[in-house]
Amino acid sequence: MKFSSSPLLSQPLPIWRSRVLQLGLLVCFMALLGRSLYLQCIHNDFLREKGEARYERVLEIPATRGRITDRHGQMLAMSTPVKSIWAIPDDAQLQPAQVRDLARMLEMDVRDLNRKLASEKDFVSIKRQIPPELADQIAALKLPGIHSRLEYRRYYPGGDVTAHMLGFTGMDDMGQEGVELAMNAALLGKAGSRRVIKDRRGEIVEDVESIRQPMEGRDITLALDDKIQYLAYTNLQQTVADFKAKAGGIVVIDAKTGEVLALVNLPTYNPNNRQGLVGAQLRNRALTDTFEPGSTMKPFTAALALEQGKVRYDTMIQTAPGRMTIGNATIHDAHMHGMLTVAQVIQKSSNVGAAKMALSMPAQSMWQMFDSLGFGSPLKLGFPGEVGGRLRPWNKWQPIDQATMSYGHGISVTLIQLARAYMAFARDGDLIPLTLTKADGPAPVGKQVFSAQTAHEVRSMLEMVVNDGGTAPKAFVPGYRVGGKTGTAHKLEGGAYANKYVASFVGLAPASDPRLIIAVMVDEPSTGIYYGGDVAAPVFSRVMAGALRTLGVPHDAPLHPAPAVADGGPVKEEM
Amino acid sequence: MIRRFWAAVIRPIDMPLLATAATLIGIAFVVLASASPDRLASQAVNITVALVVMRVVAQMSPQRLMHAALPLYLTGVALLIAVALFGDVSKGARRWLNIGVTRIQPSEIMKIAMPLMLAWYFQKREIAIRFHDYLVAAALLLVPVGLIAKQPDLGTAILVLSSGFYVIFFAGLSWKFIIGLGVAGLGAIPLVWPLLHDYQRARVLTLFDPESDPLGKGFHIIQSTIAIGSGGLFGKGWGQGTQTQLEFIPERHTDFIFAVVSEEWGLLGNLVLLVIYLLLIARGLTIAANAPTLFTRLLAGAITLMFFTYAFVNMGMVSGILPVVGVPLPFISYGGTALVTLFLGIGILMSIHKNPMLVQK
Repeated sequence: MKFSSSPLLSQPLPIWRSRVLQLGLLVCFMALLGRSLYLQCIHNDFLREKGEARYERVLEIPATRGRITDRHGQMLAMSTPVKSIWAIPDDAQLQPAQVRDLARMLEMDVRDLNRKLASEKDFVSIKRQIPPELADQIAALKLPGIHSRLEYRRYYPGGDVTAHMLGFTGMDDMGQEGVELAMNAALLGKAGSRRVIKDRRGEIVEDVESIRQPMEGRDITLALDDKIQYLAYTNLQQTVADFKAKAGGIVVIDAKTGEVLALVNLPTYNPNNRQGLVGAQLRNRALTDTFEPGSTMKPFTAALALEQGKVRYDTMIQTAPGRMTIGNATIHDAHMHGMLTVAQVIQKSSNVGAAKMALSMPAQSMWQMFDSLGFGSPLKLGFPGEVGGRLRPWNKWQPIDQATMSYGHGISVTLIQLARAYMAFARDGDLIPLTLTKADGPAPVGKQVFSAQTAHEVRSMLEMVVNDGGTAPKAFVPGYRVGGKTGTAHKLEGGAYANKYVASFVGLAPASDPRLIIAVMVDEPSTGIYYGGDVAAPVFSRVMAGALRTLGVPHDAPLHPAPAVADGGPVKEEM
Repeated sequence: MIRRFWAAVIRPIDMPLLATAATLIGIAFVVLASASPDRLASQAVNITVALVVMRVVAQMSPQRLMHAALPLYLTGVALLIAVALFGDVSKGARRWLNIGVTRIQPSEIMKIAMPLMLAWYFQKREIAIRFHDYLVAAALLLVPVGLIAKQPDLGTAILVLSSGFYVIFFAGLSWKFIIGLGVAGLGAIPLVWPLLHDYQRARVLTLFDPESDPLGKGFHIIQSTIAIGSGGLFGKGWGQGTQTQLEFIPERHTDFIFAVVSEEWGLLGNLVLLVIYLLLIARGLTIAANAPTLFTRLLAGAITLMFFTYAFVNMGMVSGILPVVGVPLPFISYGGTALVTLFLGIGILMSIHKNPMLVQK
């Protein structure tokens, strides 16, 4: 190779070219220097602060959510530690075999996992709420860029049985339904905080100081009795299955304290696994669904008539010929009963008898009674979606409305309202508020709705319902005097009464000094049997028997077997 | 004995060049010991390999380098085509070629092969360089650059493009043409913009408003500007940088190592670094100015400016005046391949400097 001199080499470089080059280099270096000066001397304080903000964190120390127990301390809801797995995609350079292992352990699709690991974000959540043991196994693999974090998951040992009572919490540990929502503030506690230094992975490098101690969530002791709840659940479930009903509800209330000892709705759900949950399962029917109570309202009509001195216990009322025309509408009794005492009107459940009593009283006084019994406005227990039912203002009532309302039509209530209203008969005519939590301290002072005298008289009428000649001999509880009232209501569909029924029974025991009130509702029994006395009363009987035994309530009647049902069956109530 | 050792081993080495490079390496060790101490040993191995390469190349005559130009270039292009066809995909880019025993990144070869090739071409044409020679040179330049940009590896593409452009610039490309090219380049931005990958566009946009996506694309820039700014005049001291030690600076041992220098050594550290780079570049340009042939001058000039480009693009990116592209800080960033390429360049400069006599005949 020959190196000849070329014209280009005669001069080291054209002078302007090297000047331009030097200028270019100078400008670039000055730009870098200028930027450094700007960042490090002028903008410096601001950036320093930001830097500190980046590593000095005020760390929230979550308070553990309070536990929920039944009245005897049985655990109903608790927070168990779980871990969640997350990754820094930049650090997580995994071999395909490692990815497959991880996917298998987390029961994830390999492609899903790969997609998450390929994310452009700095942090991605891989899977939440896995058992701590599994997280430990994953940690043992020492995969780069894969980390875990402690979280709490709510666990409900009672599962389906206590679902509606307790409700559940969401991923963020906030109550979403039931007691979890109603008492969220107390359960939640207050998070504490600490000042710490964290690195980019969020791992604490240094603990600087404590700012505020966390206040742990308060444990809540419910009024609920785990055993009675279970009893109520299994019996109602059996009945709903036997009668192929659409839904059902049962409420057990302590008449002395207003404590809700059990509350079950069917269909229910497993709060520990809420996948595939549908709305119907979530509904806390006893509080959120209203129905026309039917004959279970008659005792209130009788009570008001007694209270106002319109009738006495043994006043005779002519119910023949089994129907009654009011304006241009006619109401019926299914059977002709002829002359009945007020007590027998309740016992035999005569619509005509109830209507006659109602029409003897001013509409306003009936409305006032319904209102003071708590119908028409929600009980405000704090549950979501609690409703008040329909109670139209008295000045809009026509005589026919007043007549039908006397036997529970044209008015709608929730099961829990109905149960609470019966408290007036179980107590001496007064009502106390219901409570979801275990009551301590003196019992609240009641609000008088009826006189004690009236309450006692109605109570003995209710006892007649369960005895021979009444509509609900199947509500009989051996060893105890029991009172109650059946209800069988035609369901309203699109403004007309359809061929569907709601069977109900509300009762109390022991009648000599009532301790418990149980209200049962079975929606659309569809095997052809739909009377409250046949469908709802047996549930009442079994749950009441078990609950009284559980509570150790003294007997007030001889322990003899259930009376044989008389020929022709019990008296059927009116609809 | 000592004399022979001197003649055989030390003489081909240009001391000013080696001194500046060694200073930079020294700084690199100090910084790496703070940013990522467990990588020190493997970086020492990288440096040893790179020094051997430098020494071997420094021994070669420029003629042998000329002979190597065409085969190296053709091999490089062939490998780039192979990458495009059979390359391994990693993090969404096809940059690596699996050759059985190991994986190689052919675009790295082009960083040296490109200026070699173009310098060789202009040497061939030195009697009368015509306009169409520039066109041929442009074609030789753009084919591999296009292949690299397609991988996509914008950082390397820019480096290779600039190394080739420097050769053409030194070869005497008309000033009017350069201005014209600049204007055309600006004009082409709206045309090129839609062709860029989403992430490339995002990086450019992030430059103008890093806070728009503080946890995503803007994260790197925000973290590094905070690191630089909190360094202040004299820095937080070695091992004291919170952004560094708490791992907020991404890639703190490689592309973002400048942020570590800035945080722990402050403006003073930056100034020292800039001065050493300036010395290195000044020495390189001196060698270029005194180079005996067109080939050696073009090559020396291009390699020197390549060092400059590395440093400028990296520091500009880390301090937030240029978009984020994957360019390491020369001699400081951890990584074997880049180090070997850099010392190969140093070796070439030394070779050119030590062989002036061949021309004077």
